Amino acid sequence: MAEGLSVSLYQHGPIALAVEIEVAPGETLALVGPSGAGKTTILRSIAGLYQPARGRIACAGETWLDQSRGVAVPARARRVGLVFQSYALFPHKTALANVAEAMLDRPRAERKARATALIERVHLDGLGGRLPAELSGGQQQRVALARALARDPHVLLLDEPFSAVDQPTRRALHALLGEIRTSIAIPIIIVSHDVEDAARSADRICYLRGGASIEQGLTRMILDDPGSELAKWLGGKE
Amino acid sequence: MDWKALQLSLLLGVLTITILLPIAVIAGRWLATTHMRGRAVIESALTLPLVLPPTVIGFYLLVGMGPESPVGRIWTGLFGGALVFSFEGILVASVLVNLPFAIQPAQRAFESIGQDLRDAAATCGLSLWRTIWRIELPLAWPGIVTGAVLTFAHTLGEFGVVLMVGGSIQGETRTLALSIYDRVQAFDNPAAARMAALLMAFSLVAVTASFVLSGRTRRRG
Repeated sequence: MAEGLSVSLYQHGPIALAVEIEVAPGETLALVGPSGAGKTTILRSIAGLYQPARGRIACAGETWLDQSRGVAVPARARRVGLVFQSYALFPHKTALANVAEAMLDRPRAERKARATALIERVHLDGLGGRLPAELSGGQQQRVALARALARDPHVLLLDEPFSAVDQPTRRALHALLGEIRTSIAIPIIIVSHDVEDAARSADRICYLRGGASIEQGLTRMILDDPGSELAKWLGGKE
Repeated sequence: MDWKALQLSLLLGVLTITILLPIAVIAGRWLATTHMRGRAVIESALTLPLVLPPTVIGFYLLVGMGPESPVGRIWTGLFGGALVFSFEGILVASVLVNLPFAIQPAQRAFESIGQDLRDAAATCGLSLWRTIWRIELPLAWPGIVTGAVLTFAHTLGEFGVVLMVGGSIQGETRTLALSIYDRVQAFDNPAAARMAALLMAFSLVAVTASFVLSGRTRRRG
């Protein structure tokens, strides 16, 4: 899968990892599992914000990490769009400036035009001049999404996008993610502790436990199989 | 009013801030982000000027910068005169004594910037230098300015260390605080009162400014 995302991560501690993941362009994978399963650590590893002991990460034909060959591309040089759980917007910059910040390699005029287009794409028309503190949580999340898309990422990562948002915002986010999935053909990974939310937005699902990828497959197939590990976990939880 | 002493105090305050600002930014950020083991020891050493009696610090500086000390000998070799009992001597002492006043507010300001923001800057493609310049400094500047203001106010009021290291030489090391003491010794209370009122007004303005800046930071956060 030269054009997609290929991830294999291994380490014993401090956070145990034994993960093998492949995501094709245009495909959305949901990482689900209990708290402490290593979901966010995997996202951070792909983004270059965490260095696992052993592993290999390749995306769009580029090798970002290969411990055996001493390759470790820094986060700033990986074309990754990451929407943080906290949104992590720069509080002193307007929504437009937050988005433009991810495009400093482009000319100023182009930055502004493209940032405006991205703000409109996430349906925040007219709110580009506001500071993050002047936006609702859902609106901040959309700015974070626009900023993540601003670098023309080769992979889009969303960390717990459905937690801490109310029901209408959650529905609107599902709709927006649907639009994005149909408009850009890159691998998308969504981390979620809520399986139903993950199932609505993902083509495939990966169930993690204790830092290991226990089960992967088409979302409906796994969810509909009462013998699947994921179903057992859900049953046990319920 | 001892105008010469006022001029000397203001010059000492401005030069102390000028030297300490870059040190405060670099050291403050480093202390806010490092995971080094010895960090607590360094922080404790930097806090010493806040807890030690000024005469103790002044004594060590007097010995450490004296003509027989390595620092004193190097200074004399380079510039001729002695470092102690000179304006340059009290400037060095002022910088050292004010380290915690400048660094600690800057450190707190850098600490208040979450790691998520630094990570977000990295995923936006920003280099470390661009992250500091475009994200961290604009967010930390109220803390850095607060440190500068406190440093300036503290320098104007510093007494014990300046007296130990510089004596009280008219036009060279006699600052406003020392001049007040000198006037009181000479039973010239009206002159001492005028200078004391001026120092108090300076300090009140400085501390008010730092509170206003801190309030702005809290509101934005």
